[in-house]
Amino acid sequence: MRKILCLLICVVFTGTLFASGSEKGDEFDASTLIMHHIGDSHEWNIISFNKGKENELNITLPLPIILWHKGLHIFMSSKLHKIVKIGDNYVLYEHGHFYITDSNGELFDAEGNIYIKNAEGEIIDAEGAVFTDFDKIINAHPLDFSITQNTASMFMGAILLLLIFGQAARGYIKRGGLSVPQGVQLLVEPLVLFVRDDIVYQQIEDQRKADFFVPYLLTLFCFILINNLIGLVPFFPGASNVSGNISFTFTLAIISFLAVNIFASRDYWKHIFFAPGIPFLIKIFIVPVEFVGLFTKPFALMLRLFANITAGHIIILSLASIIFVMKSFFASPLTIILALVMFCLELLVAFLQAYIFTLLTALFIGMAVNKAHH
Amino acid sequence: MGLLTPDPGLVFWTTLTFVILLLILRKVAWKPILRAIKVRQEYIQFSLRDAETAQETLAQISVKQKEIIEEGRRQRDEIIREARDLKNEIIREAKETAQVEATRIIQQTHEQMVREKKEAILAIKQQISMLSLDIASKILREELATNERQKYIINRHLQEVSLN
Repeated sequence: MRKILCLLICVVFTGTLFASGSEKGDEFDASTLIMHHIGDSHEWNIISFNKGKENELNITLPLPIILWHKGLHIFMSSKLHKIVKIGDNYVLYEHGHFYITDSNGELFDAEGNIYIKNAEGEIIDAEGAVFTDFDKIINAHPLDFSITQNTASMFMGAILLLLIFGQAARGYIKRGGLSVPQGVQLLVEPLVLFVRDDIVYQQIEDQRKADFFVPYLLTLFCFILINNLIGLVPFFPGASNVSGNISFTFTLAIISFLAVNIFASRDYWKHIFFAPGIPFLIKIFIVPVEFVGLFTKPFALMLRLFANITAGHIIILSLASIIFVMKSFFASPLTIILALVMFCLELLVAFLQAYIFTLLTALFIGMAVNKAHH
Repeated sequence: MGLLTPDPGLVFWTTLTFVILLLILRKVAWKPILRAIKVRQEYIQFSLRDAETAQETLAQISVKQKEIIEEGRRQRDEIIREARDLKNEIIREAKETAQVEATRIIQQTHEQMVREKKEAILAIKQQISMLSLDIASKILREELATNERQKYIINRHLQEVSLN
């Protein structure tokens, strides 16, 4: 084993030497690639050939663009390479943003300068210089409800969940609960039992309330898990970063916040706003802390899932980028070994983060609905 | 689309997807699955409880069986003992009765013997006296067969009877 490792390291370093000797062509920009991958896009890139060359070929799945600007406008993302007419206005898509423009596709900044898109697809100012500082543009934005890559991927996850659990449920209905589980039931049952017994029943004492929250927490767990796992598939239709997207974790955290606070008992609110049994002077400090705690809990949920999944994607993509940065295929053994380790770790993290998110939500719900122990 | 700013479109779709998924899965999947699992769990629980009860009953039955056997053995022993006692009693009584009877019979026999002996002796006495008389008469007859003899005897007796 050690010999193999030594050999690999030798190979890698020779590769590096070769790489450093090779001429420097167009720079490979790893950070752009990574940011592109962990972000969202309005079309689903399946595969690209000859990137940055004359005969570049991108095979993409066009996705529906849904805009709201004085009415609902739906068209496919394949139209986006030029300005699109919506109602009385036109919309220009540039660097991930939609701008309302006139028929010429003019963009304005606060000083009244006009920028337009040239034939090469670059935005140029009046002197013909390429313009990149899109924060200065003051054109109106339409509301964007497009089915982006992440949305489509999330839909796929939801459909997969429906198929898997629907199939399992059919098995239970058809054969009854007493028969030995078969097929997909064997996959589903440990998961369901784990969430129900080890997460929900552990945290929520009241059996009836626990049973009420089981469907929500099961859905939450499975939804996060399936999106984590889809994100780990390195090629189409995986590789999207849904559960590492702040919008996704934000939404789930908000739902978790609502689930905790809507069903909270009177004891819970009393505990937060009156802090019974604590001296008045300390109460002055405790009550604001408790109140802020209401919001920090879901905030932490949001950031934890986002950071973990995004970090995993960044690391794996960085490892893959080593080959291109070194411009040597001798770097591939290093990449493959490290990426293998990282994929194993990310597989663990995929389950772990789904578990932690669900567990903490169950814990917060438990704190809110359980009878106070004094 | 900054990395840290939520995108309203995705927030909207995530909310919609999650809520619809929750509603559908709850109706289509979680309810049947959870019910089936609960049914199985309860069935197993009841089965275990039944098995326990059955085992307890079995143990009780076994104890009862032993008790019954023990009781039977005890009764048998008692019956045997009683029978033996009864036997001894009967034998004893029989012996006693026999003794008494025997004694009585012996007594009776004895008495009868004594009586019969007396009778026999009496009879013999009578016989003897009769015989003696007979003999005496015969002797007398023979003695007094002749006149001389008669005269002689008379004389002798007369002689003996001295008239004093």
